[in-house]
Amino acid sequence: MDAGQVEKAQSLGLLTGTDSLCPAVLFSPLRLLVVYPWTQRFFQSFGDLSSADAIMGNSKVKAHGKKVLNSFSDGLKNIDDLKGAFAKLSELHCDKLHVDPENFRLLGNVLVCVLAHHFGHEFNPQVQAAFQKVVAGVANALAHKYH
Amino acid sequence: MVLSAADKSNVKACWGKIGSHAGDYGTEALERTFCCFPTTKTYFHHFDLSHGSAQVKAHGQKVADALTQAVAHINDLPNALSALSDLHAYKLRVDPVNFKLLSHCLLVTLACHHPAEFTPAVHASLDKFFSAVSTVLTSKYR
Repeated sequence: MDAGQVEKAQSLGLLTGTDSLCPAVLFSPLRLLVVYPWTQRFFQSFGDLSSADAIMGNSKVKAHGKKVLNSFSDGLKNIDDLKGAFAKLSELHCDKLHVDPENFRLLGNVLVCVLAHHFGHEFNPQVQAAFQKVVAGVANALAHKYH
Repeated sequence: MVLSAADKSNVKACWGKIGSHAGDYGTEALERTFCCFPTTKTYFHHFDLSHGSAQVKAHGQKVADALTQAVAHINDLPNALSALSDLHAYKLRVDPVNFKLLSHCLLVTLACHHPAEFTPAVHASLDKFFSAVSTVLTSKYR
């Protein structure tokens, strides 16, 4: 990502750390479970996931979603070395959690949709392009240590 | 993946709300696709792809009109989209991966312009619908 694109992404506050994490963004992992229901396979013990309303109101999913987005935001502080920043998480997702990296791409695209939903016209094509690079970078970094 | 009755209802309701803006949204989705996924421009090397291009606008309207037709015949997409399916298979031969990219940008466009309608359930239904349309358009590839 070049400096101009980083600025565009930062202009929406997403990259400025957990304090500034836009609350709407926290709903992305919940939306993932609604839009791509097979992703629920990792959350069998999380209680009621039987409908969109149940998922969006599920406190365990919300808490886990917050964890995921905070990690995402922390990792972005090292935007020039995403592979390094997410190395340990990559190993965890492969060796312990056994998550197909395709799920990282799905979450990235849901995050982009949520940002569009929240920011409307501000989320123009150029800003979207910057974020597509960010989410692709994070997904690749999380998949990097898989074997 | 099958469109449920609820999916069809969600898609019809959402597309109904879009009304005469469909062409604008088709154009915006294309612009987003070219901007975010530059490899997609390879299919339009003969187009002026600058912002506001009349060619992109016309093509966006074409895409929107096809989707409007698909919504109207949501119970029989293969028949409704048969001619377009032939076109994509035998003439255009757009690699299947690109349908996902345009579908994603259509979702982003709708999310921007219709936040009230773009609930998680409607988002899911629209994604399934675009996926179903894409499947039909690539069904005769091989």
